Amino acid sequence: MSTALLAESTAFKAPGPSDFEPPPFFTLAGVEVNKPIVIVLLSAVIVAAFFYAASRRIAAGQGMVPGKLQYAGESAYGFVRNSIALETIGKDGLRFVPVLATLFFFIAVNNMFGIIPPFQLPGTSKIAIPLGLALIVWVIYNWLGIQRMGFVGYFKAMMFPPGIPWPVYIILAPIELLSNVIVRPVTLCLRLTLNMFAGHLVLVLFVLGGEYLLLEYGGVVGVLAGSVSILASIVVTFFELFIQLLQAYVFTLLAALYIGGALVDEH
Amino acid sequence: MEGELNGSLNMIGYGLATLGPGLAIGLIFAAYINSVARQPEARGVLQSIAILGFALAEALAIIGIGLAFVLN
Repeated sequence: MSTALLAESTAFKAPGPSDFEPPPFFTLAGVEVNKPIVIVLLSAVIVAAFFYAASRRIAAGQGMVPGKLQYAGESAYGFVRNSIALETIGKDGLRFVPVLATLFFFIAVNNMFGIIPPFQLPGTSKIAIPLGLALIVWVIYNWLGIQRMGFVGYFKAMMFPPGIPWPVYIILAPIELLSNVIVRPVTLCLRLTLNMFAGHLVLVLFVLGGEYLLLEYGGVVGVLAGSVSILASIVVTFFELFIQLLQAYVFTLLAALYIGGALVDEH
Repeated sequence: MEGELNGSLNMIGYGLATLGPGLAIGLIFAAYINSVARQPEARGVLQSIAILGFALAEALAIIGIGLAFVLN
């Protein structure tokens, strides 16, 4: 590639955090409504509508023979019930299935907006949404622990687990306190946000890089590398779908583990 | 114009920081595959443990990319 041609073409602008700040569509009562807000509201509506439609006949008392939609809804709900709630919490976990299922499907749909064509931005890549969900989980498991053992008893059981020589408590107590109160919700939130953030960046990089190589850079090298990059972006899209579902599962699994830990005597 | 490189040195640091979690995730799944090969009927129990370990190790890499963008 000659330097003259390189100088003529505009420089490639790598995708960065600014790609996650789309301009607002309109301002409603002082709130700038932009793409992530629309995506989050839409996914809440989709999840609610799907499960309402799937469970409508059960509520009417005629769900003994499930239709297609009810079967899909029951399988989806049954996945969270059997392989997350029952497996990690046990029988006691049945009363937490509604909140776990809501978390799982809200996060999964939000994540999957990252590869659905007109939107293509995961709602959970904005830190506010995973932060809110992580705070809900934080309140639930701390509330359950305090309810079961009392405020002092909860922190005592957390920081001073029995059966350990006392000098170890000097190190263990602050670590356990920090882990339960700060590290758990923060990692829960950051893991989801940054997975979606990084995944979206990789996808955008492959597409924009391929486009730049094909259209701006040109030549044999540009066409070859650009075609490979565009084709790779399709592979990355499917990999993203896998990661998005996995991260929804991981978030729900960890939430179930934290709830289960507050219900039984750990250590 | 020639030989010019743009970008942040943070990203090289992040690349180095992924080595640890990368190794950790490799070790976790190596142990998982070993266990399933030895005792295939324990797959269901082992799978959620493996994914849990993967999520905990991955969190370090993920915190790394967060810091790479935040620290300037």
